[in-house]
Order: sequence, then C-alpha cells, then structure tokens
Amino acid sequence: MGFLAHLTEKPWLEGESQGVDTDGGGIFSLPTPQIGLRVFLIVATVLFTLFIVAYTDRMVVADWRPMPEPWLLWVNTALLIASSVALHGAWVGADRGRIDDVRAGLYAAGVFAFAFLAGQILAWQQLVAMGYFAASNPANAFFYLFTALHALHLLGGLVAWGRTTAKVRRGLAPGQVHLSVELCAIYWHFLLVVWLVLFGLLLLT
Amino acid sequence: MAYVAPGETSLVPPAEVAEVDLYHAKSWITKYVFSQDAKVIAIQYAFTAIAIGLVALVLSWLMRLQLGFPDTFSIIEPSQYYQFITMHGMIMVIYLLTALFLGGFGNYLIPLMVGARDMVFPFVNMVSYWVYLLAVLVLIASFFVPGGPTGAGWTLYPPQSITAGTPGSEGGIVLMLVSLALFIVGFTMGGLNYVVTVLQARTRGMSLMRMPLTVWGIFIATILALLAFPALFVGAVMMTLDKLLGTSFFMPAMISLGEQLEYDGGNPLLFQHLFWFFGHPEVYIVALPAFGIVSDLISVHARRNIFGYRMMVWALVAIGALSFIVWAHHMYVSGMNPWFGFFFATTTLIIAIPTALKVYNWTLTLWKGNIQLTVPMLFAIGFIVTFLNGGITGLFLGNVVVDVPLSDTMFVVAHFHMVMGVAPLMVIFGAIYHWYPLITGRMYDEALGQIHFWVTFVGAYTIFLPIHYLGFLGVPRRYFEMGDTSFIPESAATLNAFVTVVALIVGFAQLVFFYNMARSYTKGKIAGRNPWKANSLEWQTEEFPPGHGNFGATLPLVYRWPYSYGVPGVAEDYLPQNVPPDEVVTDEGPGASGA
Repeated sequence: MGFLAHLTEKPWLEGESQGVDTDGGGIFSLPTPQIGLRVFLIVATVLFTLFIVAYTDRMVVADWRPMPEPWLLWVNTALLIASSVALHGAWVGADRGRIDDVRAGLYAAGVFAFAFLAGQILAWQQLVAMGYFAASNPANAFFYLFTALHALHLLGGLVAWGRTTAKVRRGLAPGQVHLSVELCAIYWHFLLVVWLVLFGLLLLT
Repeated sequence: MAYVAPGETSLVPPAEVAEVDLYHAKSWITKYVFSQDAKVIAIQYAFTAIAIGLVALVLSWLMRLQLGFPDTFSIIEPSQYYQFITMHGMIMVIYLLTALFLGGFGNYLIPLMVGARDMVFPFVNMVSYWVYLLAVLVLIASFFVPGGPTGAGWTLYPPQSITAGTPGSEGGIVLMLVSLALFIVGFTMGGLNYVVTVLQARTRGMSLMRMPLTVWGIFIATILALLAFPALFVGAVMMTLDKLLGTSFFMPAMISLGEQLEYDGGNPLLFQHLFWFFGHPEVYIVALPAFGIVSDLISVHARRNIFGYRMMVWALVAIGALSFIVWAHHMYVSGMNPWFGFFFATTTLIIAIPTALKVYNWTLTLWKGNIQLTVPMLFAIGFIVTFLNGGITGLFLGNVVVDVPLSDTMFVVAHFHMVMGVAPLMVIFGAIYHWYPLITGRMYDEALGQIHFWVTFVGAYTIFLPIHYLGFLGVPRRYFEMGDTSFIPESAATLNAFVTVVALIVGFAQLVFFYNMARSYTKGKIAGRNPWKANSLEWQTEEFPPGHGNFGATLPLVYRWPYSYGVPGVAEDYLPQNVPPDEVVTDEGPGASGA
C-alpha cells in the first residue's frame, strides 16, 4: 500500500484496517541498507546546500575576490567522472553476474578516486604556491572548505569501497556483493553530482 | 467517542517478517560495553546524558548563588559566571535532552514498540553512542584547558565568542565546536537507525497508524534533527576555521582591545541564521518525543483511548514542518526588515494551532477517563500544565512588539525554562517511572515518587513564576550582578534570594529520585508482567524484562491499535495489540464474541 494510504488509515474503526499492511515490514520495497543510504544522502544534501547558501550570502560583500580555478580541476573532474563510470560498470557487472566485470570496475573506480584525491591536493598546493591562502579571502576559504568537505565524504566512501573490494577478493559471488556494489555506485554518483554543482558554482562566481 | 472494535476480523496471515540476522554477543565486553543491543545502548545513552546533566544542574546552582547573594561568594568570578551560563545551556539542551529523548528513549522503545528485534543497523547504532560519549568527553575537557570553557552564551554568537576578552575564547570555544560537530556526527548515525527502523522494520500488522504516539513523536523529531543539525554543523565548522585559520566567514572587520584584527567583511548575522535554523527545530526535537510519550502515559493511566489519534499524528507532522520556518523569531532585535519580522511572527503564532490541538486532545482523553494518579500520570499532567504556561508566554514573545522590550530579560529565561526545561523534564521523569518496571522488572517506591513529583512540580513554579515577574521589571538576563540600577526595586534582590533558596531545595530533592531508582533496582517489589495493563508491544514480550532479541521465537503479530482501553464487551479494560481476535476474552467467556 502507498504511503498516503498508510496515513489515512483509521485504526479505531471496525473493519477499516482490514487487510491493511498485513504483509508487514517496510513502507518501501527497497532493501533496508538502500533506505539507510538514501536517508544519509538527504542529510548530506542538506549539509552541502547550507554551505552553498552561506557561500552565496558571503559573496555579496565587497571584499570578495573571486579566485582562479586551476586547469587541474578539470582533470580532477574527469577523473571523478571516470571513477563513477567504472563503479557503474561494476554495478552492471554484478547485475549480469559477471564477477570479472565487478572486479575490474571496482579496481578502476578505486584508482580513479585516489587519483582524484591526489589531484585535489595538487590543486591546493598550486593555489597556495600562487599565494591564495584560506585566510586572505573568503572566496579562497570557501574553495578549501568545499574541496576538503567533498574529499572527506569521498574518503568515507572509499572505506565502503575497500570493504566491498575485499569481499570480491575473498571470492564472493556477484549476487553476494551486488548490494554493496550498488550502494557504492549510488554514493559515487551522488558525490559526482555534488562536485559538479560545487565546481560549477566556483566557475560561475 | 469512537467505537473501538474488540478485534478486527481481518486475520493476519501467519507468515513472519524476515528475521534479522541478530548479532550475538560473545563476551561480557561485547554484551555490556561495546554492545549492539539497542536496549543496552539506550541505557548507556541515558546514564551518560544524566551524568552530564547533573554537571549542568550544579552549574545552575552556582549561577543562582551568585544571583541570589551577589556579594557573598567571592569564588565566583564574572568570567566564570558566563562560563556557567554557557555550559549549563548547551549541556541541558543538547547533551542531556536531545541525547536522552532520542538516544535513550528512542533506542529503548522504538524496536520494542514496533515489534522489531533490534535497530536495523546495530553496529552503526553502537558507534553512535561512542561518538556521543567522545563528544561529551571533549566537552568536559574544555573545563580543564587554559582559559576554561567558553563563556560566549549557549548561542555562541560571533564575533565575541572567538574574540579575546570573552572567557574561553582560546581553547574552550574550539573544544565546544569540535564537541558539537562530534555530537552531530554521532547523532546522524543514531538518527538513520531510528528513521529506517520505523519505516522498514515494523512487525506484521503494525501499520504506521497503529504505532504508539511515542514512536511517532520520536520518529518526527529524528527527521527534524537530521535536517536541522547540519545547519549547526556548518556554523561550527566555519567558526572553527575563523578561529584557527583566520578566515572571515563570520568575523567582520573590528577593533578589539585597541587593536585592528585581521578579520574583514564576515557576516555575524549569517551565523545567527544558521544557528537558529538549527536552534528552533531543536526546541521541537525535544518537545515532539515529549508530546508522544505524554500521549501514551495519559492514555494508559487514564484507561482511555487517545482522543483524536490521527489528529495527533498530523499535529506532530505539522509542528515539525512549521518549526523550520520560524527561526528568525529569535532574532527580532538583530535589526531585521519589519516585513521579515512580520512573516516570522505570523508563522510562529500559527504553530500555536497544532500545539493547542494536542493540548485539547490530551484534556479530552482525560475527560471522563478512569484517571489513576500514579507517579507517571502526575508527571504527565504536570507536563501539560507547564507546557501550556510556557507556550502562552511564547505567544507573547512571538509578537515583535512584545518581544522587543522583553528581549534579553529574565522573562525570556523564565519562558524557555518552563517550555523547554521543566516541561520536557516532567516527561522524562514520568517516562522513567512508567518504563522502570519494564527495564528493571521491579516497581519504584510509590511514596518516594509522589514526594519527588510534588516537590519538583511546586518547586519549579516557585522558581520560575517569580522569574517572569523579574523579567517584567526589566532585570536583564546574563548579568553577573545588577549593582545599583534605578529602575529595579530592591525587592527584586529579595526575590532573587528566595528563588535561589528554592532552586537549591528542588535540586537536592532530586536525590529522592536517584535514591528511589537505585534502591528499587534491588529492593523494589517485583513488578510482574505488564503492571500498568498497557496495550503496546513493549509490555507483551515473552521474556520480562525483554531480553536479547526483544521477542521470543516469533515476532508478535499486531491486530489493532495500541489504545483499546475500556472496549465494550471485553472482559478486561485493556486489549493488547497482539491478542488475536479469536482469543479475546469477552464478558461471556474466552473467544465467545463473534470476532
């Protein structure tokens, strides 16, 4: 039954609740970890949205000096897209029961993700070398804040990725790792979208 | 009155909800320390929260001593007074009330009440507690760093919170912000569990509208917290960077102690918006679980089905939604556009509608009920009265024109202590007394409980009613001492001394509660199963008190809502949720009804 039907039930009336929810359990047919991840993604979306609101509030003050985006960020963006695509490949592989595809996808996604993080650190170093310190302008401060926060989320994702990869290495069947791979892929796509939004915001302002 | 069916004819199919792979503790450590059992985690949350709450209670005594007898206690410095205020407020609101309602009662009651074996992510749930404990330890550590804890007021407004001259502006504030960030991370882990467990792990027949209102209150409050705490997180992170890296997110160009600071262009108001975008929902994060619990206490102890169940659910949802668009009523004096203030005054007053609806429904549940004046019931009624009082002064303060003269006076202090301090504490006490037999298997001492209630209830009014009056006189809040102030009569000082004496008495009277809890744990009368004759599932477990895995071999099947009290034709005046219709004992005998 739908969510609305749940909320319009009249539990105090005789007969009204006949057949209601007798199948028990969840509102959503997705597996529980899927729901957990989605709730977390909502919380993370609120978090990033509030940071963006703070950004737009702060940028209207006169002392705001937009900072240049190093070309390296474009490379990093490409790496993150590649990581997401690779993980999606692993997901499709798990769907089709091909463990080799899963393994290859996971490895590639990991390599690209670590490369992305290394690239972000390089970009930080370039900017610091050019004299763009966090304290010298709020635009710089927001840049470091956004990238650091995004990288921390990705690091958290890499923990899950590590556990999933370990499962595959232990020789589990595609069906047994399907859910883990799927969760990683969804999280990766989410972080990619977050990065594209943040990067777009930095480019436009 | 709605007719409550003795048992719906729909037979719940016997198939089971899929069994969760239960985690089984292998050693004493994993059973009682690093436990993944929500009931143990709940107790851990509760003990930690109450312990840190006692620290905050002692801080309030120190403040009251200073206010009541300004020239007597030379050991209390002005800077310490600010630190006491700040830590008292922060601890009570976040580390006690939020943690106890959601981490404590949420963990204990959600799985039991919805008929689940445990939370859906037990490991994450365990980590949630340990991160919370770490947050508390970091908070305590701030008492011992050079300069002491922060004295910026619990709202931590920049620029003063991180500027030299404010107590604890070096180490204290940084530890405070780190502790808050940790708390939020820990809470998010717990919150995911509470929400997903309610959505996905209910037992067969436990539709959303058959959940006890306690679960509804905790569920909606958790959603609020998951959406509101990120705002505090954003504020805390950005302020930490302002302090440690010298960024200027919130810090404007300013001269402090004769020196031009490095900061430039930051917006302190932005922090206020972020803080209150969290801070107002926080009021309801504490209030909604209290609303839910009180509904159940009243229904059980008045032997009456809750009046307007569905209305109560929708009121919780409406209050939760509205609480996100009222935050700026905390900022009327920050220099806002009058239209902005008008908007927020309007939304604030609108919240009174669903809230009043709940108060009416509680009253109507009591109406012609078979009221048992047990200790939980006394506290529940105490809550309704106190919440009503505190809510009405909230209507005063919600109006811009009334708020401006009363802003930053003791009237505000009295208002939020009534509505957010005393009222939720009433529910916490009531809930602890109500579920004490479930947790320990023994009854508390009734006489000591009655003494505890009356001293606390009468005492709370003796403390806070005079403080409303002091506020009308214009006594400002957050002042170390008044000295000679022409518009404040001398009698205000006498009143302050009186309030201090009462506060100390009421504070020490809480020892009665702790003695009662501790003594009854070993010496109390054996409670027996379901001593309150309640309908909800937590009382119907095979093992009593509920053991690991909550229920026996099979999960209970639910046939009706939890409020079937005094059903016509049924022999007993209650009808538990899991009694099959064909086993209902009617006036004519077992299973004789057509059901």
